Amino acid sequence: MTALPHHNASTSWFEATARQRLAALLDHKSFAEFLGPEQRETSPHLGLFDLPRQFDDGIVVGRARLDNRPIFVAAQEGRFMGGAFGEVHGAKLTGLLRAAGIHRQDVVLLFDTGGVRLQEANAGELAISEIIRAIVEARIAGCSVIGLIGGRAGCYGGGGIIAGCCSHLIVSEQGRISVSGPEVIETNRGVEEFDSRDRAFVWRTMGGKHRYLIGGADDFVNDNADGFRAATIAALAKRQPLTTSVLEAEQKRLANRLDRFGQAQDGIDVWTALGITDPVGLPGSATEAFLEQALDKRENANGAR
Amino acid sequence: MEQLSFTLKAPRPAGGSRWQAIAGVVASGNLEVLVERMEDQNTCRIDIATAAHGFGAVWEAVIADFVARGTGGLRVSINDGGARPDMVALRLAQGLRMIEETET
Amino acid sequence: MERDDILPRLFSAGHSVEHQGCLLFGEGTLGHTTPVDVMGITGGSVLGAEDALTLAGNVLNLIGKGMPRPLLVLIDSGSQRMSRHDELMGLSEYLAHLAKSVLLAQQQGHRTIGLLYGGSAAGAFIATALACDTLLALPGAHPAVMDLPSMARVTKLPIERLQKMAEVTPVFAPGLENLAQTGAIHQTLDPIADLADQILAVIGQPTGRDNRGTLGATRGGRPKAAAVAARIEALASA
Repeated sequence: MTALPHHNASTSWFEATARQRLAALLDHKSFAEFLGPEQRETSPHLGLFDLPRQFDDGIVVGRARLDNRPIFVAAQEGRFMGGAFGEVHGAKLTGLLRAAGIHRQDVVLLFDTGGVRLQEANAGELAISEIIRAIVEARIAGCSVIGLIGGRAGCYGGGGIIAGCCSHLIVSEQGRISVSGPEVIETNRGVEEFDSRDRAFVWRTMGGKHRYLIGGADDFVNDNADGFRAATIAALAKRQPLTTSVLEAEQKRLANRLDRFGQAQDGIDVWTALGITDPVGLPGSATEAFLEQALDKRENANGAR
Repeated sequence: MEQLSFTLKAPRPAGGSRWQAIAGVVASGNLEVLVERMEDQNTCRIDIATAAHGFGAVWEAVIADFVARGTGGLRVSINDGGARPDMVALRLAQGLRMIEETET
Repeated sequence: MERDDILPRLFSAGHSVEHQGCLLFGEGTLGHTTPVDVMGITGGSVLGAEDALTLAGNVLNLIGKGMPRPLLVLIDSGSQRMSRHDELMGLSEYLAHLAKSVLLAQQQGHRTIGLLYGGSAAGAFIATALACDTLLALPGAHPAVMDLPSMARVTKLPIERLQKMAEVTPVFAPGLENLAQTGAIHQTLDPIADLADQILAVIGQPTGRDNRGTLGATRGGRPKAAAVAARIEALASA
């Protein structure tokens, strides 16, 4: 087992590395890594592109305890290749989720990903599909799969679709959840459709506050490990197996969203329709004030995911 | 990628009892340093894979300073994304500090 | 192969499959004995939130009928729809919802079989074709994660260099053969032989765990995935 670095629970989740996040999130000294960096299970494909490998291929997986409850846990490293899914990176998560399904163990996923790693795109795309299948099977078996989103790479591409398969999502303001990234949309559709350099617009469209308000995430927390830890512990106390009725409820929920907000051009239009008192000031509001504004106004998934 | 490998005599063994530590991430201008306690007490071996070619002499200087601090018994494996020497020295120091920590 | 060519070739005994915009819904009989539900996305269309929700709703209706039978998903799509509207609405949730619905159908006893007869890419590929228990393809199908020009832009490598590299590995470049080698496509059908017979043979095979990693290892496109997943699974089970 590799010693985790010390990390102060109150420092920024956004700025921390995957290993620092784990150290601050989990019960002290409870983490045991599977296929740690000393195993040197690296990408067999990056060499072709003359790119450096990382010993853990950008994801740390293992078992741990959270508030004394046993869990499986995985953390993506958003600084290495943008946290993207490659063959080994993805297979580590697939194996963990399959074991979770077999042993009915809850899983906590610390997302930090730009999506598929282009240098091994086919392997990465397929890994995402295998991960989704393993999550669905684990959830049908009764496991909770809880996603934490607040890393610097966000949760993009196939990572966003994986997040959409989780039973519970916890997001910070810095967290972004999306399939097509801002640059990808702008490249394909033009700057009139999506101005990727307008950071405020990007956050209004796919940022943590917007996702929380439309029911795309279940908890909104401060950008630190304390916030993520408390929300994860609370989420682990709930049971939400994946059933037909859950998906039927999600069908209604997602249809309702299109009915209610489908004509919106901007996050501000959506928040106005929600009845938020000060939609323009919302991006600048601190967590407590934001949660107060969101209370009774936001769309709540209520387990329909 | 360029592969470099150095095996040096260390003036004294590294302290502590942890057998492994890792510091840093592989990114532009950054590197990861994996430190393992798996060499003879008086030697230190350092293996480097780097995206920046032709900096062997710079590496040698940074590593000489590092080993002089007493790194006997350690094998250091580095994946480098083109870090500057000060960043390399910082990560090496972090890796050494982590492996020398007493287990609590 | 065009949408209107493929339906009579699949269902010589007739079918009730109808277009609804770029989507297909209905049922047909494979051979003379095996009724299957059919849905599809056609014409290389991009998959946005509305259509993903319509497809998922159809799958949930089929599950709700409580009479599990094979579900054949015909695919000729583009990528996910890339737009401000889709991302504002949370397209990731709509695509995930569709993938979950197809996977749940399989678990509820509907044998889900994708037939890729045209294109499919990126998020649409994940939510449709790759969510099926078994993915078949016809020669000429052209799946892609990302096209080479876009890949050249992101990796900052000249396209000629990428093309050269694609000759030595199936791991990144688009195309049916590359995706088959990584294990994404279980079987490429013989376009001359009877299509219904070939699909019936697949329906007759037992299903089990996700075997795409093993396929990728055997075919050489993904040398490590199956072994790494198995090692983690074993370590997590210890």
